[in-house]
Amino acid sequence: MQTFGQQLINGLSLGSIYALLALGYTMVYGIIKLINFAHGDIYMLGAFWGYYSISYFHFNFWLALFSAMVVCAIIGVVIEYFAYRPLRHSARITALITAIGVSFLLENGMSYLVGANARSFPQAIRVVTYHWLGLRVSNIQLLILGTACALMILLEVIIKRTKMGKAMRAVSVDPEAAQLVGINLNQTISFTFALGSAMAGAAGVLIGLYYNSIDPLMGMTPGIKAFVAAVIGGIGSVPGASLGGFIIGLLETAVQAVGLSAYKDAVVYFVLIVILLVLPAGIFGKRTREKV
Amino acid sequence: MNLSARVKSNLAWLGVMVGGFVIIDGLEVARLINPFIENMLVTIGINVILAVGLNLIIGFAGQFSLGHAGFMAIGAYATGIMTQTMSTPVGFFLSMGVGMVLAMVAAVIVGIPTLRLRGDYLAIATMGAAEIIRILINNLKITNGAAGLFNIPALVSWATVYVLMCLTTLVTVNFIHSRGGRAVMAVREDELAAGAMGINTTRWKLAAFVFGAATAAIGGSLHAAYIQTIAPDDFNIMASIAILIIVVLGGVGSITGTFVAAIVLSVLDTILQNFGTIRMIIYSLALILIMIFKPTGLLGSWEFSFKRWFTRREVTSHE
Repeated sequence: MQTFGQQLINGLSLGSIYALLALGYTMVYGIIKLINFAHGDIYMLGAFWGYYSISYFHFNFWLALFSAMVVCAIIGVVIEYFAYRPLRHSARITALITAIGVSFLLENGMSYLVGANARSFPQAIRVVTYHWLGLRVSNIQLLILGTACALMILLEVIIKRTKMGKAMRAVSVDPEAAQLVGINLNQTISFTFALGSAMAGAAGVLIGLYYNSIDPLMGMTPGIKAFVAAVIGGIGSVPGASLGGFIIGLLETAVQAVGLSAYKDAVVYFVLIVILLVLPAGIFGKRTREKV
Repeated sequence: MNLSARVKSNLAWLGVMVGGFVIIDGLEVARLINPFIENMLVTIGINVILAVGLNLIIGFAGQFSLGHAGFMAIGAYATGIMTQTMSTPVGFFLSMGVGMVLAMVAAVIVGIPTLRLRGDYLAIATMGAAEIIRILINNLKITNGAAGLFNIPALVSWATVYVLMCLTTLVTVNFIHSRGGRAVMAVREDELAAGAMGINTTRWKLAAFVFGAATAAIGGSLHAAYIQTIAPDDFNIMASIAILIIVVLGGVGSITGTFVAAIVLSVLDTILQNFGTIRMIIYSLALILIMIFKPTGLLGSWEFSFKRWFTRREVTSHE
């Protein structure tokens, strides 16, 4: 029971990182139907911004987190403007290859600029471990979980309660009809990229704090897993992405806990395939009926 | 189109294939090809085999597969393991056959459930399946785990790769122009309409998928026997994406484009070797720029055809 509780906490902290990343995938996919392969690398950039802002500008943690979100939002918008906007009307596979190209560019550009070696993330917050009912919970884990949940609620509020959120939802349902009622398509898409990238930036700073190690290729695997999380949750759905992230995080921790850590990725993909077969649109996805 | 145009075009293609072989052989005899260039040519050949198969799945059957490297791994490991004990050319071809059969079986197992999915969902599911294959290889004893296999006997020369490249392309192109190929393309255009016309859509989608998996296994076998070292990480998602890039860059649905893209990318890669660390930056920038300015790929869906050429010439001569 004790181990179960401990693994649950570990799984939830890891899951909240995946959830933050998955939100970016799900929003971008929902609005322009593009698997934004570069999203994992924006998370990497967020982690590096956190690293430099804390070690060189002596930002405190919250300032680093906030500035990383802003910087990543700007990077996300710039990438969308230069790389994806010209391809909005071409085949989706073309945009996908461009996204892969952007991902390569960010990874290799950072490797070139800062070196490919892993570096340790500065400890902006002193680690305190609480013992509670025999469980070990660090303040970092609580911080990750708390920040992630707060950001998810904030996002849900933005999407459901603000005018821009309404525009985003309208564009994801039907871009042309949205334009007809006066929604600025480009602005809405840019805003979506900004939001998603800000979440990724926050996730990057949090993971740096949690794992204490960052490198230019760190975004690749979590990026793909977060996309898997978004697909499991039902792509285009914000609560689905959060749920999917937590499922992947818990699943990975559980597989590791039973001693099969070599197979943890295989189990994640297997569960993905099974879920897609049972619920082709994911857990919260809308089932669309085919019209003839 | 009359018979003579068809005969002429077949002869022309035969001439191109034999001519290519003779030219490379001549350059080889004249020692104008150093091991570096030979390596490049073999890479082009293997990439063409892999990408032609993937183009059949993506471009002609319209099924977005991101798991090509998984099937390539099966072929590579079949060769790597079997030629340790049977280090003869016969052993190599036997291992390639075994790899193809295993890859086809795996493709059926993966394809039957996942080909019900569409578009990006299919891509993610096939990517997952390929990752599962890779992780299994990574953890099995017979495949020597993460270290991989080395000292695989060198049973493949550039000539083997060249001949197999020609054979794979011939069989694929003939499949595309057959009844099966038309069925597969009908499914791509409109699955419902194709089904209504009496085409068994699941069967033809699966056929294209299994066919592509078999060509991937050929490419994997050649890779293992030529490079002589394989590790599970050679067949990760990035490897699948590298093949996908060739297909999309050349033009989805154009076999000619696949050839052009495989050659362009290999030459680009070889030239960029001299640039050291900024090599991948230039490569990725080139990729983004080509996609932005030529979104349908270098050749779109244009196909070079001797048949059309001869027919057109005949028409003009009649006029």
